[in-house]
Amino acid sequence: MSAPRLFRPRQLALGLLFGLSLAAIAHGESNLLNVSYDVSRELYQEINPAFESDWKARGNPKVKVNQSHAGSSKQAQAVAAGLEGDVITMNQSPDIDFLADRGLVAGDWRDRFPHQATPYTTTSVFLVRKGNPKNIRDWDDLARDGIQVIVPNPKTSGNGRYSYLAAWGYALESSGSETAAREFVTRLLANVPVLDGGGRGATTTFTQRDVGDVLVTFENEAILIGKELGADKFDVVYPSLSIDASAPVAVVEKVVAKRGTGALAKAYLDFLYSAEGQDIIARHFFRPRDEAVLARYAGQFPTIRTFQVEETLGSWADVNKKHFADDGIYDQIVTGQ
Amino acid sequence: MTMAASRSFNVLPGFGLAMGYTLVYLSIIVLIPLSAVFIYTMDLTFAEFWQVVTTPRVVASYKLSFGASLLAAAINAVFGLMLAWVLVRYSFPGKRLVDALVDLPFALPTAVAGIALTALYAKNGWLGQYIEGVFGIKVAFAPLGVLVALVFIGLPFVVRTVQPILEDMETELEEAAASLGARRWQTFRYVVLPIILPALLTGFALAFARAVGEYGSVIFIAGNIPMVSEITPLMIITKLEQYDYTGATAIAVVMLVVSFILLLIINGLQAWAGKRTGRNR
Repeated sequence: MSAPRLFRPRQLALGLLFGLSLAAIAHGESNLLNVSYDVSRELYQEINPAFESDWKARGNPKVKVNQSHAGSSKQAQAVAAGLEGDVITMNQSPDIDFLADRGLVAGDWRDRFPHQATPYTTTSVFLVRKGNPKNIRDWDDLARDGIQVIVPNPKTSGNGRYSYLAAWGYALESSGSETAAREFVTRLLANVPVLDGGGRGATTTFTQRDVGDVLVTFENEAILIGKELGADKFDVVYPSLSIDASAPVAVVEKVVAKRGTGALAKAYLDFLYSAEGQDIIARHFFRPRDEAVLARYAGQFPTIRTFQVEETLGSWADVNKKHFADDGIYDQIVTGQ
Repeated sequence: MTMAASRSFNVLPGFGLAMGYTLVYLSIIVLIPLSAVFIYTMDLTFAEFWQVVTTPRVVASYKLSFGASLLAAAINAVFGLMLAWVLVRYSFPGKRLVDALVDLPFALPTAVAGIALTALYAKNGWLGQYIEGVFGIKVAFAPLGVLVALVFIGLPFVVRTVQPILEDMETELEEAAASLGARRWQTFRYVVLPIILPALLTGFALAFARAVGEYGSVIFIAGNIPMVSEITPLMIITKLEQYDYTGATAIAVVMLVVSFILLLIINGLQAWAGKRTGRNR
């Protein structure tokens, strides 16, 4: 009686992680590795079990989805260096283009899933101290004298890059000239007292160290801060215009070809677009693509006008080269050239 | 003849084997990874290399990294020596506890140290609220914060190198000096210091080397403002994040060469100090 019990799936699931992954590898097509960026941990922790049961309910053998998290670019480098991720879920497309250039991801990865292969989006917003004591309403207020702005380092963080480009796009639209946009961003960056390496670091500086009057970060992070640290401490402010920060996903073709997990990887990414997947996404404060789901969560996502990097500022490759490469505009601004 | 001579003087056999293993081990652990750094840099022409390593932002980071590391090592040399002296020469309740505390900066993950120091010195922290609020000195998110973190992580090196020498030193030497009419300062300057100087320099060098390469703890407290509080390891990480491997290794090469030269100088000083006191270390 006790011997067969050992093989019951629940007992197995409770087994050591080593045993589990060994068993999974032994069964070939029954595990999947999702290589993702830093702050998507909580989201995929909920997505993965939902997908596993959905996959099984459709008559497939049991699967186990594992996840790996670190900075977006670091993860792309890890996959390029041989980390066998079946799918990658990033927060900026240059990290997937990097893998496409190396032949690990299909060149037309944007066309393989709906919405340019981005199952959800977010945008850069402001988090201010309760009651908005410095009366911060829009980007112009961030460049005012005496305001301290906290943003993650645009050189090392996708979040920081989007914040910088959002400010640039706003200034470009309101002034119509690159010279004025540059002048505006220069004034804004002069108000930045701390540059943390990533989004979470900036959150800590603003919320725990009490530094700065306004934090520029992704909407999902801003809402999460309110939920985690108390709605009585901070307010979210939506600027008149911000950036569309869509999170791209792709199948790592080279890895799935080797491991024979192509169908599973595709099903996993498709699940992100399903009603259930979209609902989980919305619950983690990312804006879902599904209209019905978005309508259901309309209360938590105020309408905001956003622009696309590719449409307004040019291709990501050009934008990175122009703004963030060494001696690009960002470097010139911060070194005072 | 020489082989026979050396053989007869060695108590334990196996010079050839031990030396062979040493070389192989050193090559695998140290030399091959380091030469990889140099080989990666070869992708750049010298002009490109020079351009990468002399941009104003990177130069500012060298000044901070090497300057703060030297200063932190110097501070640790003074206070580490004092700490070692107290631990060796006096007995007091809780001495063992203090002795154990000295090693903590070794054991603590550097990120934890960085977060703890930042929380302490930020303007709302236990210490920061007074230092910044009362005296108007900004520690966290300023270059001074870098120094604080480097002093913290470098402390054990000086204490642990000086301590055994002090333990071996006979107090009779000091008594003899005193009985010959030396004043306290003279006893310290001419009797104690020459004996411990080589060890003190070793501790200084180790603390310095550790500080130059430190990333984890500094990154949280520095503030990382370009031209002001960016350390050189951050410049390397920044380049890696941008997939600029050759640029990153170019800066790494500069760090390696400068560190190596500084360590050579310190080793030279040590040999000179050792010779002066008739000790060959």
